[in-house]
Amino acid sequence: MSKSNFTRRGVMKTGAVTSAGLMLPTYLRAENHTGFTNAPQGDTVKFGFNVPQTGPYAEEGLDELRAQELAVEHLNGIGDGGMLNTFSSKVLDGTGVLGKKVEFVTGDTQTKSDVARASAQSMIQKDGCIMITGGSSSGVAIAVQGLCQEAGVIFMAGLTHSNDTTGKDRKRNGFRHFFNAYMSAAALTPVLEKVYGTDRRAYHLTADYTWGWSQQESMAASTEAMGWETVQNVLTPVGAGDFSSYIAPVLNSGADILVLNHYGGDMVNSLTQAIQFGLKDKQVNGKNFEIVVPLYSELMAAGAGTNIQGVYGSMNWNWQLQDEGTAAFTKSFGEKYGFPPSGAAHSCYVQTLLYADAVTRAGSFNPCAVVEALEDFDFDGMGNGPTSYRGADHQCFKDVLVMKGAEAPTSVYDTLEIVEVTPRAQVEYDPEHPMFAGGTLGDCNPGA
Amino acid sequence: MDAFILQILNGLDKGSAYALIALGLTLIFGTLGVVNFAHGALFMIGAFVAVTVQKLFQFSYIEIDETKKDFLGNPLKVEMPYLDHWFGTSVGEWMQDWSVPLSILAVIPFMFALGYILERGLIKHFYKRPHADQILVTFGLAIVIGELVKAFYGANPIQTPPPSAFLGTIDVGVMLGFDPNAIAYPTWRMVYFAFSVVIIASVFAFLRFTTFGMVVRAGMADRETVGLLGIDIDKRFTFMFGLAAAVAGMAGVMYAPILSPHYNIGMDFLVLSFVVVVVGGMGSLPGAVLAGFMLGILQSFASMNEVKAVFPGIDQIIIYLVAIIILLTRPRGLMGRKGVMEE
Repeated sequence: MSKSNFTRRGVMKTGAVTSAGLMLPTYLRAENHTGFTNAPQGDTVKFGFNVPQTGPYAEEGLDELRAQELAVEHLNGIGDGGMLNTFSSKVLDGTGVLGKKVEFVTGDTQTKSDVARASAQSMIQKDGCIMITGGSSSGVAIAVQGLCQEAGVIFMAGLTHSNDTTGKDRKRNGFRHFFNAYMSAAALTPVLEKVYGTDRRAYHLTADYTWGWSQQESMAASTEAMGWETVQNVLTPVGAGDFSSYIAPVLNSGADILVLNHYGGDMVNSLTQAIQFGLKDKQVNGKNFEIVVPLYSELMAAGAGTNIQGVYGSMNWNWQLQDEGTAAFTKSFGEKYGFPPSGAAHSCYVQTLLYADAVTRAGSFNPCAVVEALEDFDFDGMGNGPTSYRGADHQCFKDVLVMKGAEAPTSVYDTLEIVEVTPRAQVEYDPEHPMFAGGTLGDCNPGA
Repeated sequence: MDAFILQILNGLDKGSAYALIALGLTLIFGTLGVVNFAHGALFMIGAFVAVTVQKLFQFSYIEIDETKKDFLGNPLKVEMPYLDHWFGTSVGEWMQDWSVPLSILAVIPFMFALGYILERGLIKHFYKRPHADQILVTFGLAIVIGELVKAFYGANPIQTPPPSAFLGTIDVGVMLGFDPNAIAYPTWRMVYFAFSVVIIASVFAFLRFTTFGMVVRAGMADRETVGLLGIDIDKRFTFMFGLAAAVAGMAGVMYAPILSPHYNIGMDFLVLSFVVVVVGGMGSLPGAVLAGFMLGILQSFASMNEVKAVFPGIDQIIIYLVAIIILLTRPRGLMGRKGVMEE
């Protein structure tokens, strides 16, 4: 005898869920009166600041949020204007964006892709945000960028360093100001050649996710091209905490360089533990053993303390730069919060201003008009020298900083020193370079 | 061979932390029958006691150095530790250098009191509730403690170095007849291993050779009968909760130089430590210690490149794999009492 599992309530529930699922894309793409998603009504416009406020990158996320709030103040005419005074484009005048006062909502990505997507989705659907920005992880950036493309809003990426963000996962509605793994390697390698020579054997410890793979691939390709040998690449789980069992094999591997493709807390722990294992005191192959950290941040450097002394890495921007834009931003940020801004904060601040500027130049909040205004946009005065948003892949090109852990810092804010400002030409590449190939921007989606 | 010995040392060192936390968890489960998901948070608080003592020892007054500028171009504010001012530079610097070992003096009474208060104020209300309720309330407590620590100290790891006398490595290889520098192991990690052995031995000795310990063991075996003899076993069990918190706190303090403390450090250890307890046998103190060291060593070997080349990703699942095998073949764990977890 057979028994049916159907119940009236079950059928209704299933029907409701299915209908909601089918309607979601329609909702996200729904054409409103102005032909694009979340066209601002009234005299305000809303931005969504989607940053990690809890979890391993919370400090960075909170610094991003500070910078984004500062950017909103400057856009609305509060404070000293910061980089608006030095930005080469002069269309922003402190009266909001296209006459609308800027408001914002914040979300917590927790540095988890699914949480970040849900947070961004809520900002778009519930809060009516016209643009999403922020983030401290490439996995999150790629996930949120995909969502923004589907929803028809602009995504101005925060800290994302994987080649994939503007490589195989590039999207027409997404833009990255931050540099990438390829650019780090291209800037760092000539300096490493100068200080450590061409006859080296490198051992890589790599965070096992998109950014780590991307960083390791870039560093290995770049250093092998100058003559180094890659002895081993070991993938390590994100958030491993104790890396001792991954560091111990380095001791007798024959390598004389350890490349730590780690970021955040993982980098602080792996570097500290590598020093504890005496790696920096070792002599291998007749040379001093050295450690390289391809991607630095000030917050990580402060966490690593004295362990970072003499260790080379790269950065997108640092407050110690001497240009007018950097000075203006550092002053605004420093006077408001009492300490200098991090590189992540700088990138998010600049992204917010660049979006507002593009809207103003386009004369519209329509994402497709904004995309057009940002593509191949050249600008200056934002702290990195002359900069371009390349239209072919939406990657910003500018000078890259090679940094070294300072030997005698005066405070926790200058634990890193600038060794070299690598000219932009040295870190440029073809949009279809093998490390970036496989993706297409696709069409702009206004949500209509 | 040298790589093999290095991984054994690594395993012993990892296992020390697992064993210390699992020991505390087992003490609480064995006495009070409570599944304490806040135990990792107690380990974390211990680590932050080390951070706090370090910060207190570095507490400074400001002197203006007109010759240097800060990031805004103002004269640089230089921090001068009060300890140097009060006791002279040599004593002040020594205290700052030895802040981690000195933290042990603070962590024992602090964690014992905290454990006592937690048990009396919260945990005792959940004795007769299902394990699921206990897990929920203690897990919630762990989240609250973590967020409070984050609010005070931020989310970034905080460097807590060991005394400079324990920086660097010990050439274990030479002691074992290998070439110099073939097996060099960080000095502080060796100290941690020795410390954990002393603590574990002390807890066992306390339970084995004192009247108090004998009563507690009797209470663990048959609480009601001990109560019928006119002994207030609840008071003793509350003491054991305090003791377990103090052990977790000491483990946290001494681990701070190995893994820079951050607000989530307890969660990193909690799940693994529960697996250790289950593998060792719920309620079995020797089982917790044995399983702690065994799983630590297994995890270290699983991280070797040679092993990962054959079984990719094995380092991340080995502990759970072993737990599954042991639970399938011996549900009460390695040294669990017959009947426990077997019904």
